[in-house]
Amino acid sequence: MQEALRFQPVDAEPVDHADIVVKPRHLRRVTESVARGLALTIRGLRKAFGDNEVLRGIDLHIPSGQFVAIVGRSGCGKSTLLRLIAGLEAPTAGSIAFDEEPRAQDVRVMFQEPRLLPWARVLSNVEVGLGRERASADAQARAERALVEVGLGDKRAQWPSVLSGGQKQRVALARALVSQPRVLAFDEPLGALDALTRISMQQLLERVWRDQGFTAILVTHDVAEAVALADRVLVIEDGRIAEDVTIDLPRPRRRGSAELAALEGEILKHLLEGSEDTL
Amino acid sequence: MSLIDSLPRVGAPKLPKIDGLIPWIVPLVIVLVWQLACVTGYVPSRVLPAPTDVALAGWKLLLSGELIRNIWVSFWRASIGFVIGGGIGFAFGLANGLSQLSAKLTDTTLQMVRNIPHLALIPLVILWFGIDESAKLFLVALGVFFPIYLNTLHGIRTVDPQLIEMGRIYGMTDGELFRRVIFPGALPSIFVGLRFALGIMWLTLIVAETIAASSGLGYMAMQAREFMLIDVVVLSILIYALLGKLADSASRALERLTLSWHPAFQKK
Repeated sequence: MQEALRFQPVDAEPVDHADIVVKPRHLRRVTESVARGLALTIRGLRKAFGDNEVLRGIDLHIPSGQFVAIVGRSGCGKSTLLRLIAGLEAPTAGSIAFDEEPRAQDVRVMFQEPRLLPWARVLSNVEVGLGRERASADAQARAERALVEVGLGDKRAQWPSVLSGGQKQRVALARALVSQPRVLAFDEPLGALDALTRISMQQLLERVWRDQGFTAILVTHDVAEAVALADRVLVIEDGRIAEDVTIDLPRPRRRGSAELAALEGEILKHLLEGSEDTL
Repeated sequence: MSLIDSLPRVGAPKLPKIDGLIPWIVPLVIVLVWQLACVTGYVPSRVLPAPTDVALAGWKLLLSGELIRNIWVSFWRASIGFVIGGGIGFAFGLANGLSQLSAKLTDTTLQMVRNIPHLALIPLVILWFGIDESAKLFLVALGVFFPIYLNTLHGIRTVDPQLIEMGRIYGMTDGELFRRVIFPGALPSIFVGLRFALGIMWLTLIVAETIAASSGLGYMAMQAREFMLIDVVVLSILIYALLGKLADSASRALERLTLSWHPAFQKK
């Protein structure tokens, strides 16, 4: 017993301390995980609100299925970039092109607030995510599958108001996933959660991303979160991409490992230097 | 196990029965004190008849059919006026909450009319309609209109814009957005308007019936005053209280039914 414990490999999957229910294997959509994500190319993207130019020329290519994190100080334009990619805002100049014309349900957004309908049960809230396919015969079955996927199968008949913050965010994730999107944009989805719930949510995000193979774009102010989850971290400064860091570390990554800490330190240093310039 | 654990369990099963009665303790005590004051002669019966005398007067009117007829007439007027005024108020609230053009066109006018106390129109209304049914209906409808209009408008304007954005992102059509997001979001506020309106409905009707009518509860009270039947006057007043309570309970029940998602209405 002692021996077995001692010789566990160093990179063994960390134990999930939080309340995520381990999903049965047979539910994973193995067939769909093959390059479902859309690739996107951004050229000369600018966005101004009145006189305030928030994005000043972004050029970026995100390959299919990549997990990209966007970090930067408040007001640097990272959320605006995300909203442009998700089609919530129209660019002032420049273009965003996907390798295939996405259908409405191919691009989904998850916000910092869960934005659940308080007057709809958890399952109906997830069904909202089906968009126009809501009326189809298998809508309920699909919504139930998505709920099981985020470990909330037993909460289907609850009102959102009785759920915890983390659970609400998981329902929002199920709603975003239920249409099997090919691009999923996260706008600080974990910003309002406590530290432990955050870590379990990060693991959940990583797992669904690996299962479903969508292209993930995560805006966050937490550099540790960015380096733990992403293949690539973009640092945005004054409306431009100031740094493009590739995180080439095997998954699952161990939180608190030396490599992650080093990368985090490097990016943080860059961000802090930037802020000193403006002081 | 411990003493503390066992304590609430002993009291718990009895609680619900008592719980329903608690609100009635104060009215009951008031009636008892009132009866006692009258029986002992502390309050002379020309000032305030004893509850038993009031009950007796009520019984007599009930037997003659007069009471039921008058209550029915008042109830009918109240309902029709409420449906007309509430319906129009709700329609304007929806229109002005959903359409900028409609709001620009009508809101200023409505706000000006709102500031005229509707009971001040009674002389004009009598000149227009006489003491016909339509006079009472008009006044009730006018009184009910504004609380419903204002609260519907407020409810729709204050629906969380983040939820509306969410609905649009997930491809809801305008109709769906209204049905699934805007209307349920405005509902708590609409109910506030409904309960205000119910209060104003009785107030307006009674005043109108007292001043100009030939039937109804207000008329019954005024007739009784003419003949110095103070027990009937007090009876009428008590019936107003009961009808008001009834309307309030009905709207609360409706609220509980439709707002079961709301934390404030969830059963503990």
